[in-house]
Amino acid sequence: MSLSRRDFLKICGTSSVALGFSQMMVPGIVNALEKALSGNPPVIWIQGSGCSGCSVSILNAVHPTIQEVLLKIISLKVHPTVMAAQGTTVLEVAANISKQFKGKFFLVVEGSIPTAANGKYCVVGELGGKSVTMLDWTKDLASKAKAAIAVGSCASYGGIPAAQPNPTKAQSLIEILNKADIKTPVINIPGCPPHPDWMVGTLAYVLLYGIPELDENNRPTLFYGTLVHDHCPYRSYYEEGKFAKYFGDEGCRYELGCKGPETYCDTWKRKFNNGTNWCVQNAICIGCVQPKFWDEFSPFYEAL
Amino acid sequence: MAKKITIDPLTRIEGHLKIEVDVEGGKVVNAKSSGMLFRGFELILKGRDPRDAPQITQRICGVCPTAHGTASVRCLDMAFGIKPPTNGRLVRNLILGANYIQSHVLHFFHLAALDYVKGPNTAPFVPRYDGPGIYKLSKAVNNKAVEAYLKALDLRRKAHEMLAIFGGKVPHVQALIPGGVTEPINADKIIRFYWSLQELKEAVNTIYLPTVYLVGKAYGELFKVGKGHKNVLSYGVFPMDDDDKTFLLKQGVYTKGKDYPLDVKKITEEIKYSWYNDKEVKRYPGNGYTDVTPDKKGGYSFIKAPRYNGLPHEVGPLARMWITNPVLSKHANAFLGVPKSKDVRMRDLGDKAFSIIGRHVARAEECWYVILAMEKWIDQLQLGKPVNTQYKIPKQAEGYGLSEAPRGSVGHWISIKDGKIANYQIVAPTTWNASPSDNKETRGPIEEALIGAPVPDMKNPVNVARVVRSFDP
Repeated sequence: MSLSRRDFLKICGTSSVALGFSQMMVPGIVNALEKALSGNPPVIWIQGSGCSGCSVSILNAVHPTIQEVLLKIISLKVHPTVMAAQGTTVLEVAANISKQFKGKFFLVVEGSIPTAANGKYCVVGELGGKSVTMLDWTKDLASKAKAAIAVGSCASYGGIPAAQPNPTKAQSLIEILNKADIKTPVINIPGCPPHPDWMVGTLAYVLLYGIPELDENNRPTLFYGTLVHDHCPYRSYYEEGKFAKYFGDEGCRYELGCKGPETYCDTWKRKFNNGTNWCVQNAICIGCVQPKFWDEFSPFYEAL
Repeated sequence: MAKKITIDPLTRIEGHLKIEVDVEGGKVVNAKSSGMLFRGFELILKGRDPRDAPQITQRICGVCPTAHGTASVRCLDMAFGIKPPTNGRLVRNLILGANYIQSHVLHFFHLAALDYVKGPNTAPFVPRYDGPGIYKLSKAVNNKAVEAYLKALDLRRKAHEMLAIFGGKVPHVQALIPGGVTEPINADKIIRFYWSLQELKEAVNTIYLPTVYLVGKAYGELFKVGKGHKNVLSYGVFPMDDDDKTFLLKQGVYTKGKDYPLDVKKITEEIKYSWYNDKEVKRYPGNGYTDVTPDKKGGYSFIKAPRYNGLPHEVGPLARMWITNPVLSKHANAFLGVPKSKDVRMRDLGDKAFSIIGRHVARAEECWYVILAMEKWIDQLQLGKPVNTQYKIPKQAEGYGLSEAPRGSVGHWISIKDGKIANYQIVAPTTWNASPSDNKETRGPIEEALIGAPVPDMKNPVNVARVVRSFDP
């Protein structure tokens, strides 16, 4: 079965409300992906100043499952939370793969990159008896990758480590690469953490067709193209001026601090954890896919 | 002469950890544990709205955000002078309980198991430590364990889906607020949660517990490796009443073979070997101070050294199960050869508990014990009753929130001035376990547990990795 770009986009954009769960990819598409990618493109996933929440989130993928992603779709050569190897071997494997597949492998970066104290605030390991900082590792691997994907708001924008007063001068992947004049294309998949479909879907798109359409924040419009507020199930309350005054009260969550009116993503239809629930239904949106949300959207529980 | 091994990074953990050991006569004789990441949460929290702390501090750990969230809302409860209503307490317990299941399953199968089970011969399962005597499972058992690895990915995902019913989403839940939780309960949610829990209960009973004991049987000698200081503590977790008097997993301290009640004022942090400056040699976290200096001479870690009554204490499932000493599952009877009619308790394991495999057994048994309690909490939920208490942010206040993450004791301390955070200090579980040496040159819990670990092959120091991972850092 061949899969056109058009079909793929249609599937990725499918409303989970209509399906009742997040049916991003049906089994047939996993087969198509497998066939199209026979050769299993190598992926190196590295982690800087982060919490591993993006990695944990991608484990929550359903269609395809994480087992299918790992065993059939990609060849995950390096991932510090998953891989069997440890110690200097980890950095050796990354160095070898980046050399062997120069210009062909994909780099995934999770977490931001601290630049103060020459990068000492995040040391990723040893190579040749010397400590390697996240700053140096990122630049080295990114300069050799075909494309780099920043997963999560930390890698995309700096995230919580870069929130004021940014004690470690943490920066996003794009900031680091721009400063080092590294031209490798970067796709941002922000979110704290991002929905697994955004990560798997973008990865699949990049592997099959190249760089997807991006917005001004380098996010795929496919997943980040809609304003939460415009599609919110509580929107009619907003129009009527019926606002919840406390958690558990009926009404729009605007006065409780909801940042949906300034936040672009599709969780309103996709929902989290296999379509179980989502931020606004449970509480409020804190705007976690937007740049600088830790500073610009806080206090979170005050109206915009 | 001792030879040095450096493992950096120690993978399959959350964070950036470096382990150095000196080996002499085939055994570890000295060990250093170094935290290699500093983000500065305590500095970032200063000056912010106190209500934002549960959102911010969840980002400390993506594997156990709910535990930091829980400690943080408990900290705000105390500072604001409020307590959650019964439903709020129960829903918080169910959210945290769901994450215990998720985290424990993830830890055993996806972080630790590859030290015992040979994965498929493909990346990311190769390269790995290898050599004679490293992998001891028969081919049939190994194949079954690989199947369990894959199946367990579904289990941990389903535990997260169950959590999100009340939590909103996970990692990083929306539901936790001072005074309780955000969203009212209804029959649909309760029923879905109940049936999800039944499915997980069945899987823990038929997959998780049996696999742990199978590994324990095949690696019996690892009941003698990884002992450590044999001092443990627990802040207590899963409040059983609305006044925080009793906990499912009890509060207490076990030092040098004796049990004591916990006195929070006896907790201090030292920084002699940590990359921080301070004019004080030790501090109570409520009065804590964070001045990071990555170039400090003699320092070897971004982790401070928390001590209780001046002594290092291990935290985590082993600590909680030792202090609570509950009846274990019937799998324990079979393993120990005790008739089913008799109760086996955690302390019946004796010294075996303080070991690599003892920690895995404690974790799996705790998972089971928490599931049994969760069934009761679901029953106690009352439809139509509130899930939170209203409050006003005080201009000036202090408080602390103690809880237990899947990997150990977590404490948050706050002081509020002019309605904003004036100081916020966090002592995370891995701060306790992976701490460096202290002012008295006493090693941290992981460091001490490494002493004596057999390293017959310097190129494949698998027992070093096994000891460290048994703590779930």
